[in-house]
Amino acid sequence: MKLNANILRFLAAFLLATTGLLGAKEKPAGGPAMDAAAPVILIQNATILTVSHGAIEKGDILIKDGKIAALGGSLKAPAGAVVIDATGQFVMPGIIDCHSHIAVDGSVNEGSVSVSSMVNIADVLNSDDISIFRDLAGGVTTANILHGSANSIGGQTIVIKLRWGQPAAKLPFEGALPGIKFALGENPKRSNFRASGAPERYPTTRMGVEETIRSAFTEARDYKKSWDDYNKRAAAGERNIILPRRNLKLDPLVEVLEGKRYVHAHCYREDEILMLLRVAREFGFHVQTFQHVLEGYKVADEIAAAGSGASTFSDWWAYKAEAYEAIPYNAALMTRRGVLVSVNSDDAAEATHLNQEAAKSIRYGGLTRDEALKLVTLNPAIQLGIEKRVGTIDVGKDADLAIYNHDPLSAYAVVEKTLIDGRVYFDRDREQAGRAALETEKKDLLEKARKKQDEEKKEGAKTPEEKKSVEKKPDDNKPEEKKPEGKSKPPQDDAGQGGAL
Amino acid sequence: MSWRSVQLRPWAFLLLGVWLGLLATPAAQGQGGEPRTFAIRGAKVVPVSSTPVENATVVVSRGIITAVGTNVTIPPDAWVIDGKGLIVYPGLIDGFTDVGLAPATPSAPTGDGAPRPQQIVSRGPEDRPATTPWRSAADEVNPGDPRVETWRSAGFTTVIAAPKGGMFPGQAAVLDLGGERAGDLVVKAPVAVPVSFEAPGGFRNFPGSVMGGIAYLRQVWLDTNWDTQADAIYEKNPRGMERPKYDRSDRALTAALGKHAVVLIPGNTSLQIRRALRLIDEWKLNAVLYGAQMGYEVAPEIAAKKLPVLVDLKWPEAVKDGDPEATPSLRALRFRDRAPSSPAALGKAGVKFAFYSGGITTPKDILSAVKRSIDAGLSPEAALRALTLAPAEIFGAAETLGSIENGKIANLIVTDGDLFDKKTKVKMVFVDGRKYEVRETLRPSEPPKGDLTGKWKLTFTTPQGQEEATADLAMLPDGTLTGSVTSDHGTGSVFSGWLSGDKFSFAINISLEGSSSDVVFTGTFEGTSIKGSIQAMGYTFEFSGTKPTRMAEVKAGGAQ
Repeated sequence: MKLNANILRFLAAFLLATTGLLGAKEKPAGGPAMDAAAPVILIQNATILTVSHGAIEKGDILIKDGKIAALGGSLKAPAGAVVIDATGQFVMPGIIDCHSHIAVDGSVNEGSVSVSSMVNIADVLNSDDISIFRDLAGGVTTANILHGSANSIGGQTIVIKLRWGQPAAKLPFEGALPGIKFALGENPKRSNFRASGAPERYPTTRMGVEETIRSAFTEARDYKKSWDDYNKRAAAGERNIILPRRNLKLDPLVEVLEGKRYVHAHCYREDEILMLLRVAREFGFHVQTFQHVLEGYKVADEIAAAGSGASTFSDWWAYKAEAYEAIPYNAALMTRRGVLVSVNSDDAAEATHLNQEAAKSIRYGGLTRDEALKLVTLNPAIQLGIEKRVGTIDVGKDADLAIYNHDPLSAYAVVEKTLIDGRVYFDRDREQAGRAALETEKKDLLEKARKKQDEEKKEGAKTPEEKKSVEKKPDDNKPEEKKPEGKSKPPQDDAGQGGAL
Repeated sequence: MSWRSVQLRPWAFLLLGVWLGLLATPAAQGQGGEPRTFAIRGAKVVPVSSTPVENATVVVSRGIITAVGTNVTIPPDAWVIDGKGLIVYPGLIDGFTDVGLAPATPSAPTGDGAPRPQQIVSRGPEDRPATTPWRSAADEVNPGDPRVETWRSAGFTTVIAAPKGGMFPGQAAVLDLGGERAGDLVVKAPVAVPVSFEAPGGFRNFPGSVMGGIAYLRQVWLDTNWDTQADAIYEKNPRGMERPKYDRSDRALTAALGKHAVVLIPGNTSLQIRRALRLIDEWKLNAVLYGAQMGYEVAPEIAAKKLPVLVDLKWPEAVKDGDPEATPSLRALRFRDRAPSSPAALGKAGVKFAFYSGGITTPKDILSAVKRSIDAGLSPEAALRALTLAPAEIFGAAETLGSIENGKIANLIVTDGDLFDKKTKVKMVFVDGRKYEVRETLRPSEPPKGDLTGKWKLTFTTPQGQEEATADLAMLPDGTLTGSVTSDHGTGSVFSGWLSGDKFSFAINISLEGSSSDVVFTGTFEGTSIKGSIQAMGYTFEFSGTKPTRMAEVKAGGAQ
C-alpha cells in the first residue's frame, strides 16, 4: 500500500468514496439476477482486442454459460440470445487489478504485529463496498485483494471477481490460489507511522525486516516438521500422542513453503528486492510477485531469473524517500528484460482508469499496443495463476469483458458495459436510467423519517417529563456522542457488532 | 428476603416507607411477612404456551404457579386479587443485557476515552487479549443496580445478563429481577458465552482489525478443542510426555460449553449476518445470532441454518444532534426504514427469535420498539412470544420460565390492557411469586423554587464520625438534577435527581464496603443551604449543606 505523498490521492479517493456513499449512487438499479442461468449474449460488430492474437475488426463474440463460445465475424444470434450492438465500440478482456484494497470490511491492516499471517482478507470481504461498482465502471472484472503493508509478513489475500450485488461469499475467484502479503522497507519498519509516546514495534530497520521474515519461516519450518513427525508416528499406528497445536500464523507460511500460496511482496528498493530473493532461495519458496517494485528496472535480470512477476505503477513516484528513484519507464524496461509485468492500482480511484495507466507505457518505453494491454489483462492473470480462465478474449475463456466507446488506450475511452461470467454487471445506460427511481426512493425515505421525527417531537411536547426519566443510569451524564450509538450509523460504517452490548 | 434478615433489620422498613413515596429504591417490596400464596381471580390470562383464557384464575404458591384455568379452587390461605378487567402475562424476558450486574470493572475497556490504567500490549493470540470467559454473570450480580427495578416496573421479570467488554466478556446467566441478595436473582448459569468481534484496536494491541478479531476467535476455538483432546491424552499417560500448557480461557470455555451454554455471535447487517453464519458453521458452534436487524434481507438464509436469533430492539436511527446537512446513504435510509420489519421476516421464514434491549436505556422504550416491529408486520402473539417463551427456549430455561403453566416459576405481570397498547399500564409484577409494586416514573410535580445549581458542601455524621462531601449539581429549568457527589468513598454521578418546590431528591451509586450501593439524598432547599437525610445501606444520616457564595469564597480565601 502506498501511503505518503500519495496521501493527497488517497484523500481525494476517500472524499470521492465518502461523497459517493452520501450521494444517491447505490447498487445498480437492476443487477444481473443472482441465481438465474447466464443468458446467451451476442456482442456484434465490435473491434475486439483479443490481447492473445491481435484485434478483430467488426467482430462478434458469442457468450454461452458464462463462457466465450465463439469468436469471429458474422456470427448468428441463436434464438433467445440477447444481442448487444457494439458498432463503433471496442471490446477488451476485463481488466485485472493485481493490487487492490477495495471490498474490505474494517482495516486492511492488522498492524499490531510484525507477522500478521493469521488474518485473512477472505474473512472480511465487503460486498457492499461502492468501490466494487466504481471499479466495474472502469472495466475491472477481477482484483487481487491484498492486506496492507504494515507488517513484514502480512495477512492472507484473495482474488475476487467484482460481482457487484452478490453476497461476499460469491466474490472469490473460484480455484484461484490464495496469496499472502509481504512488505519490505519503510512501511513494515513503521518509519513514517510512529506515534509519539507509542512503543516501537519491532522491526525498525530494514535488517529487522529481513530477520522477521527469516525467523517466521524458521518457526514455520519447525512447525511443519512437528506435523510431519506427528503424521508419521500416527501413520505407524502409535497411539496416545498429542497432536501439534494448530497455529494460524504458521499454517499459511507452511503453505508458502509447499507452493500452495502465492507471495505478493510490497517493495520499492533494489536492495530489499534482492534481499527477499535471497531469503526465498534459502527457505525454498517462490516470490510470485513483487508489488510496486519501483526500482525493479535496476534488478530486472535478477527478478526475471527468479521467475517472479512485477506489478508496478505507471507513473507514481517520490511520495516517500524509498520512491525517489522510480521512473515511468519501469514497466517497459522490466518487460524488455523478460520480466512478467503488470500495472496495478493500489487505490480505488486509480482502479477506474487502469486502461490509461497501461497506455502510458507506450509513451514511456515504447511498448506495443498488445504489450500495453497485457499489463492489465493477461500478465496479471498469469501472476495470479488464473490465465486459463481470464486475461484474453479466446473461445472457452470466461466471458469477462469490458466494452468501451473508444479505443481503451485512448484518454477519451469510457466503459459502456462490463461483463463477468457472461452477465452484464455494469451498463452505463441502465445505471443512468435507474437513477431517477433511486433519487425518488431516497427522497421518500427522508420525508418519511422526517415525518416520524416530527410526530415524536409532538408526542414529546405533550409529556415533556417522560423524556427526562428518573431512571437515568449513573453514567448517562456523559456527552451524547459517547453513548453507544452503533446502529445509528450507516451499515457501511457499522464495522462492529450487531447490537454490541 | 428471608425471615431472618427481616428480624435483623425491621427498622429498615420504616425508613423505606418514608422514602418509597419519594423515590424508586431497589428491593422495595415483596418484603418479609407478606403472603406467599396469591390467587389472581377473574382476569384474562395469556399463557403464551396456549391460547388466552378469559375470566380465569392463576394461583401462585411459594414462588411457583400451582394452578391456571377457569375451574380452579383457590387455597384458603391465598391473598386473592380481583383480576376483573386485568390481563395476566408471563413476566417479560430481556434476551441479552447487563441489567442486574455490577458496573464493569475499571480494567474492562470502556471506550469512553477516560483515563484508565495502562493497558498491557497484546502481541498475538497467545496473550489472550480482551478475553475473560471465566467471568460469570452469576458471580457479578448486583441487586442494587437501579435498572433492576426500572426494568421490572416495565414488566421485565427476567434478563439474560452477561458481563460487558472485550471479545469473550464472560458467561451469561438467567436472572430474575427480584430479591435482596445476589444469589436470589440467579435462575440458571451459565447459559451463554457471548462473543464479539470488537478488537481491542489500533496498531498497538492485537487484534486491531475485524479480520484480526476473526483470526483471533478462530485460534481460540482451535485451542479450546485442542486442549480438551490433549489433556485427555496427557492425563492417561503423563510420564514421558510434554505437558500441555494450562490456559485459563480454554478451560473456562470448555467448561461452559460442556454445560450446554450457547455461543452468542454478533451479526447485524446482511454482510455481518452472512459472515456469522459462515463462521458458526466453520467453528461448529452451538450458536445463537444476535443483532439481526437486517434480517429482512437474509431471513431465509438464517432459517436454512436453523439458527436461533436475538433481535436488537435499538433500531437504527439518525445520529442525534448530527450534522443536519448530512444526507445519509440510500442504503442507510433503507436500513433505518426496514429494520423493524426484520422480526416479521424472521418469523415468516421460520426462525426462532427473541428480543433484547440492546442499547435501549429507558425500559419503557423497549415495548415501543417492539410495537414498531408489530406495525411492520409482526403479529402481537409472535411479539409476545419473542419476549417470553422464545428467549426461555433459546437459553434452555423453558422448563421453568416463559409461560403461565403449572409448575413454572411464578413470574407474572398484570396489566390493565393489551401489553402493546401505548395506554396500557403494568399494574403488578410477580417475580418468583413475590408481588412487587410498580412505581410510576416519578417526576417533579411542582415547579422548582430556586436553583440548586452549584457546588454544595455537605456535612454529615456516620458511625465512622464526621464526614464531608461535595455535591456538584446542575439543574435544568424543569427541576431535573444532574451532576456528581464526591466524598472519601469516591465520586458518583447523580441520577434520579429533581427539585420540586423546595423539596429535592437525588441519588448516586458508589462502592461502599466493597459492594455497589445506592445512596439517596432527600431534603429541603432554602437559598444557600440545604438539609435532609442520606440513606445508604439501610442506614439514614442527617446532613446539612451550604453553597459557599462567591463572597464567602473570597472571604475564606482572604482569611488564610
